Amino acid sequence: MTWETVIGLEVHAQLATKTKIFSGASTAFGALPNTQACLVDLGMPGVLPVLNKGVVDMAIRFGLAVGSSVAEKSVFARKNYFYPDLPKGYQISQFELPVVIGGQIHIELDGGVKKTINLTRAHLEEDAGKSLHEDFEGASGIDLNRAGTPLLEIVSEPEMRSPAEAVAYAKKLHELVQYLGICDGNMQEGSFRVDANISVRKVGAELGTRAEIKNVNSFKFLERAIMFEVERQIDIIEAGGAVVQETRLYDAAKDETRSMRSKADAMDYRYFPDPDLLPLIITPAMIEKVKGEMPELPDAKRTRFIEQYKLSDYDAMVLTGSREIADYYETVVAATGAKDPKIAANWVMGELNARLNADSLDVSESPVDASRMAGLVARILDNTISGKIAKDVFEIMWTSTDSADAIIEAKGLKQITDVGAIAAMVRGVIDQFPEQLAEYKGGRDKLFGFFVGEVMKATKGKANPGQVNQILKDELAK
Amino acid sequence: MNFHQMSMVQLAGKLQDKSVSSVELTQYFSDRMAKYDDQINGYITKTTELAMAQAQAADARRAAGETGLLLGMPLAHKDIFCTQDIITTCASKMLANFKAPYNATVVEKLNAVGMVTLGKTNMDEFAMGSTTENSAFGVTRNPWDTRAVPGGSSGGAAAVLAAGLAPIATGTDTGGSIRQPAAFCGVTGIKPTYGSVSRYGMIAYASSLDQGGPMGKTAEDCAHLLAAMAGFDERDSTSSEGERPDYVGSLNAPLTGLKVGLPKEYFGEGLSDEVRAATLATAAELEKLGATLVDVSLPNTEHAVPAYYVIAPAEASSNLSRYDGVRFGHRCDNPKDLNDLYTRSRSEGFGAEVKRRIMVGAYVLSAGYYDAYYLKAQRVRRLIKEDFMQAFEACDVILGPVAPTPAWKLGEKTSDPTAMYLADIYTIPVNLAGLPAIAMPAGFAGALPIGVQLIGNYFSEPRLLNVAHQFQQATDHHTKTPAAWA
Repeated sequence: MTWETVIGLEVHAQLATKTKIFSGASTAFGALPNTQACLVDLGMPGVLPVLNKGVVDMAIRFGLAVGSSVAEKSVFARKNYFYPDLPKGYQISQFELPVVIGGQIHIELDGGVKKTINLTRAHLEEDAGKSLHEDFEGASGIDLNRAGTPLLEIVSEPEMRSPAEAVAYAKKLHELVQYLGICDGNMQEGSFRVDANISVRKVGAELGTRAEIKNVNSFKFLERAIMFEVERQIDIIEAGGAVVQETRLYDAAKDETRSMRSKADAMDYRYFPDPDLLPLIITPAMIEKVKGEMPELPDAKRTRFIEQYKLSDYDAMVLTGSREIADYYETVVAATGAKDPKIAANWVMGELNARLNADSLDVSESPVDASRMAGLVARILDNTISGKIAKDVFEIMWTSTDSADAIIEAKGLKQITDVGAIAAMVRGVIDQFPEQLAEYKGGRDKLFGFFVGEVMKATKGKANPGQVNQILKDELAK
Repeated sequence: MNFHQMSMVQLAGKLQDKSVSSVELTQYFSDRMAKYDDQINGYITKTTELAMAQAQAADARRAAGETGLLLGMPLAHKDIFCTQDIITTCASKMLANFKAPYNATVVEKLNAVGMVTLGKTNMDEFAMGSTTENSAFGVTRNPWDTRAVPGGSSGGAAAVLAAGLAPIATGTDTGGSIRQPAAFCGVTGIKPTYGSVSRYGMIAYASSLDQGGPMGKTAEDCAHLLAAMAGFDERDSTSSEGERPDYVGSLNAPLTGLKVGLPKEYFGEGLSDEVRAATLATAAELEKLGATLVDVSLPNTEHAVPAYYVIAPAEASSNLSRYDGVRFGHRCDNPKDLNDLYTRSRSEGFGAEVKRRIMVGAYVLSAGYYDAYYLKAQRVRRLIKEDFMQAFEACDVILGPVAPTPAWKLGEKTSDPTAMYLADIYTIPVNLAGLPAIAMPAGFAGALPIGVQLIGNYFSEPRLLNVAHQFQQATDHHTKTPAAWA
């Protein structure tokens, strides 16, 4: 490989406030156009912005989580440009003095390779509105509901070297902002948007000319867009050409990037401090207060799960994939007396996850909540039912509100653990299949499974599988 | 009764003792507006019908037992304050059809105490100018000499006060826009400390300098209106959160021991003899009232005008970007495309001075020039503030002229913007520093009034109003009215 890919990401995370960053209008998604745009969002003559204090706490939370320094003083600046969905003719952002400086995101790649990506900065800004070009003959529609929505723009250093690293970084950041409760992470609704700066160079050479791919809204598209873009740039250079600095758009349908505007059309944004807003001052006391309210972060939780519940790295990673699933798991473990955290882990990661995926549900929407799940796991742990029967019980629970106990009772699914009863049934089965018995004795060991199956069938699956195995082995040896 | 020759406080006394009703007073001023305003053009919009309804409501409140000093008092608003359901033009063709869907905080507050809106006064377009010649609705004339300018940008407010077409008015001051027209028209006006009066609903020219304030016949009138206008507003992040000073309570305090600073830079080259004489006579009068005069220096005064003409246009160029023909205001006919919509709407909607300042502002903020112009101007701004802080160690208030000359003739300086800009040399430093200053009549140069200003430290408005009131108790410059409208 003579070519090296260099990637830096800029992520726009929509902060999960109820109202906009500089006005009292709602930020709820999906309202009718322009029903959530107040006088301030409309840029009416004479109106003034007032900072939503909620975004400050969120920025501090993020800063603390990535180990950055939270700026004691940051300044809102105006980024001036004309566009119909930008009502004031400028966007309020932060330029020279952002609220968060530096910080790190630790990623893990396939094969367990670990890497640290440094952050350049994160700053607060307002979102623009939306231009609707398709629906109006000969004109464009403007929806200003999104105008003024608070964003945290998180800028990384150009330290990623492959699409996989970029995706791992974006996913890690996505998980983090949700853990922190500062962003709902909904990529379809645009709550988490990624811009990728991509260049290629010969290993060890100076940085190449970069292209920026704007507004990628899924991890899959991010990977594809980078792969396409890297190939495009290498082709250009190998053909003797030069990459042009420009902004490009990823078209998912065609799986390609194409030019939006070149550096030559780059605007001079005439940034200057917004005289309508005072500098944002963050005191040590404010930081201390937020510190006290910080949730446990994914990496710390993962380490704790491995130690506390003796889980594998993989299990711990899956079970800390979101705050909700981690909370679900810990509720189940706590309610089952933490006897065997691995059984609970298997159930949450296995049956529950599969069923949630099949029904396209989030863990927070699970029809079987953590306490009902705990009721089921408890019966497995005390040998009332086998794992196999438990799956049937779980299916019934999924479509009803009954507890595991009620279902076990009603359906008579209680496991048979009486050695004498099981031995009698085992002997009955052996007597029933003399031919197979002869073959088994003649050396066809595989037939052991056949006998197990027949015994389970005879007991309608209720016999304790461990006991069945043991007794069958003894009886067949006779 | 010559109501128009009385101060607002005198009229308030009449409303309070019920010798006149708000309806009668409103009718009186509305009649005068109908009769005389054509000769002055002080009003862009007269709201007589609304005024009569507000007057009736005020009379009802008084009948029900309310006794407020401003209850039922007619008032003229500068057409820069947004007024719900009344057109707010900012004297621009751009907003000729603009009806704000809300009231400015100042309007809301004055409505709440029961004041009556006579109309909206003329001004320089978007408050950019010193003569009210830059109005899309025609020039306002100086009631003392209709060939002369009334000053600006609050020229309409000053002129209607001088001609007796309103007893009290609101104005705004970004580089002298309350004080200079007050001086040119022989009335009193105070530019409060930046942050005292909410800017919410006051259409922005230069946000870090703009400040609303009262204009009236006397300092006492201004004190009462300021008390109703000022106060913290959570809708304006630059609004001062401190407790509102008592503007009225100390009006009658004696001036014994007051130290009045005379900055030597305010008496240098370019100052006319008449204005110099009137300013020094004011100093002598204050001395008679118990004050001591001290020499002070404001060495960076000469840099104020260039710094202002970087900072104000920079902010203006951005503040005026919202006038793009998309959501409100002037929109050109049949735009070909987006660029055409922007270009023609703005070219047609804005006047020459506004365009000039937008261009200057965009230039000084552009890449490669920002440090040399904008940042340097901000450094000058700090130096000017430090000059004042130094001076206030030696004195309580600073006395100086408002403008180097009395009002000049209409059209005299329109072809030379720089000469016009330089005439703001004594008022601009105050805005750059964010300080309060009051302008008051101090004599005449022939038929034209001369004004002087008192500049105070932050939030020293009570002291400034006190000094001006004591001066007005001892002198009669402020009681003179132009003969043509007597």
